[in-house]
Amino acid sequence: MTIGEALLAPMFIALAFLCLIAAALAHDGGFAFHAALGAVAGLGAAFTILNQYYNRHAALPAPEIDGRPNYNMGPIKFAAVAAMFWGIAGFLVGLIIASQLAWPALNLDLPWTSFGRLRPLHTSAVIFAFGGNVLLASSFYVVQKTCRVRLAGYIAPWFVVLGYNFFIVIAGTGYLLGITQSKEYAEPEWYADLWLTIVWVVYLLVFLVTVIKRKEPHIFVANWFYLAFIVTIAVLHLGNNPALPVSLLGSKSYIAWGGVQDAMFQWWYGHNAVGFFLTAGFLAIMYYFIPKRAERPIYSYRLSIIHFWALIFLYIWAGPHHLHYTALPDWAQTLGMTFSIMLWMPSWGGMINGLMTLSGAWDKLRTDPVLRMMVVSVAFYGMSTFEGPMMSIKVVNSLSHYTDWTIGHVHSGALGWVGFVSFGALYCLFPWLWNRKSLYSLKLVNWHFWTATLGIVLYISAMWVSGILQGLMWRSYTSLGFLEYSFIETVEAMHPFYIIRAAGGALFLIGSLIMAYNLWMTVRAGEVEVQAPMALQPAE
Amino acid sequence: MSFWTRHHIFERNSIVLVAGILVVIAIGGLVEITPLFYLKSTIEAVDGVRPYTPLELAGRNIYVREGCYLCHSQMIRPLRDEVERYGHYSLAAESMYDHPFQWGSKRTGPDLARVGAKYSDDWHVRHLTNPRAIVPQSVMPGYPFLSENEIDQSTMADNLRTLRAVGVPYTDDQIKNAVADLKAQADPDSADADAFAKRYPKAVVRNFDGKAGAPTEMDAVVAYLQMLGTLVDFKLYNEKANLR
Repeated sequence: MTIGEALLAPMFIALAFLCLIAAALAHDGGFAFHAALGAVAGLGAAFTILNQYYNRHAALPAPEIDGRPNYNMGPIKFAAVAAMFWGIAGFLVGLIIASQLAWPALNLDLPWTSFGRLRPLHTSAVIFAFGGNVLLASSFYVVQKTCRVRLAGYIAPWFVVLGYNFFIVIAGTGYLLGITQSKEYAEPEWYADLWLTIVWVVYLLVFLVTVIKRKEPHIFVANWFYLAFIVTIAVLHLGNNPALPVSLLGSKSYIAWGGVQDAMFQWWYGHNAVGFFLTAGFLAIMYYFIPKRAERPIYSYRLSIIHFWALIFLYIWAGPHHLHYTALPDWAQTLGMTFSIMLWMPSWGGMINGLMTLSGAWDKLRTDPVLRMMVVSVAFYGMSTFEGPMMSIKVVNSLSHYTDWTIGHVHSGALGWVGFVSFGALYCLFPWLWNRKSLYSLKLVNWHFWTATLGIVLYISAMWVSGILQGLMWRSYTSLGFLEYSFIETVEAMHPFYIIRAAGGALFLIGSLIMAYNLWMTVRAGEVEVQAPMALQPAE
Repeated sequence: MSFWTRHHIFERNSIVLVAGILVVIAIGGLVEITPLFYLKSTIEAVDGVRPYTPLELAGRNIYVREGCYLCHSQMIRPLRDEVERYGHYSLAAESMYDHPFQWGSKRTGPDLARVGAKYSDDWHVRHLTNPRAIVPQSVMPGYPFLSENEIDQSTMADNLRTLRAVGVPYTDDQIKNAVADLKAQADPDSADADAFAKRYPKAVVRNFDGKAGAPTEMDAVVAYLQMLGTLVDFKLYNEKANLR
């Protein structure tokens, strides 16, 4: 028995016992439910550890077999499947809340089906559940392949993957029960935050120790981005979430920061959740999967160095552009705007590095829809990283802020960039992980690509029009100097665009269902590949 | 040694790389956030801002629970149309006791920073129960269940105590009488109404949901909405005194 097994099994049993007591004494039903879930999960974890111990042979899996690294693919497979599952769930909830805005009767007047509770469920499901599992799967895959060693730890990688998904379940069910601290993209309450902190520290350790054990002299560029993502998300999470629970037996807590400071902390966090979770992490995917799929080296090594440091240095300053013209002091707003505009440069540097990797292989875009998906994702990245700095200019922001234009901007990044690059990575990963020669059907990938692209175009153009229209209506004056429109008239004007947006979302969801079928058939019926794929060479 | 070979130190040492990342990402946050805690000009000095009464706080917690902030901002910007539509632009001082802040980021519905005292209690109750009964084109969800739920009184004092620990200046007296104050604010005829008025000067005492019995979530939400933006008297407020 390893030290980990000997320590963790009793710890999980103790945790389950504590959760059971908490469930019995809880002040509110939501907390009791979560504590009960914790007890079940703790017992399950302890049972699995002991069961694994009794069923395995005396030794742990060898780090190498016949001089080749014995890669640990189990947790990656789990995260890849979880990503697909949560993706569909998140897109579906998105479609539901989009429809609620067009047809409010769909709120059903029940607490757990109203827009205010479903919206965080949508954002967390797509960002943290779908995106997070894509990042877990791809980072664990890339770090092993580019370091040529087996993933560090025996229980740890499974703990990270399962613990993270448990966090998702707690967060998601919490929103439906009305458990939220109302900080956008950081809604989970104090106990979920504590649990995520533990999981995240273990994630950092697994990743870092794997990098330390590497057989390659250099750390591959994708791993710099993964490291920046993991480290920075830890810092942001700790900075934004310090809260004091009302009771250790209840879900409610109050955040340590108040008013203007809380606003600044929130958007320092919120914008860098975009910058490091949705950008740095997925740029790492770009830096591994595009060269690999195109079978070309990364365009410029020096550009990657500049891209990396400039991006992570500038991004962290950009938060105050979410607070233009608010009660945040002007000096902070000005700093936020200035750095947001500068951020355009490294963003496009990264885009150029990704796109130019295709030099000499552009013809593959005709034949390989997976590569096309990833290249289009980089194009969407370029588009939304131009739009973002533009919207951070105070004059533009005075119109765009509080309107659907922001929602459209987010979705051109989320659906176009994060969505497509994730789909591309999953289309690559499934055959690699399950040793299949190729995907079940490239034709279906093509169908996915066009349905989803059409969906995105409908979505973002509807939001541009509705956002700019509403912004202009709010500030419109009659010739006599009165405000021309009442607020409700501007709401009424949004109706057709909300329907178009919901249609776009439905197309995007249909695309993801086509994808899920394709991946399922790849695993179930794909032709088995005899030779294990070669590891990627370092970029230099 | 060229610049590019110098970079090898980051590429070959994972710990150096992590340290480099930490230093680079720390700078922006430190420069933008820390001064907000010590620059006096961050929060202007105004009269009238007080901690929430227990009933208002309960309402605010329901506002948070139902995710109202996702469609309603509470931050009026100093732009002509906003000031004319909603009232005086928001001051930092007005949200100084807000844990967490509720400035919001989207206006699917109108800003609520100064919605207090604009509509009657009855309007709010009907509107929250069925928004389309009052405003046919509204896309807001209905919240009929608020009238049926009584407020959980058991943790009320703990809520105030926790807020005091994070910096909201509740007095011992206010914490001790949290439950009595909660009930008194929704019942003008109760014996505690006078004591409540002493503890929270100028706070409104009314039967907000118009129904007899223990305070409901509807009482709390309406009490919260009716006080939003009413604490600072802008007839007396001197903007020039706070020029920064």
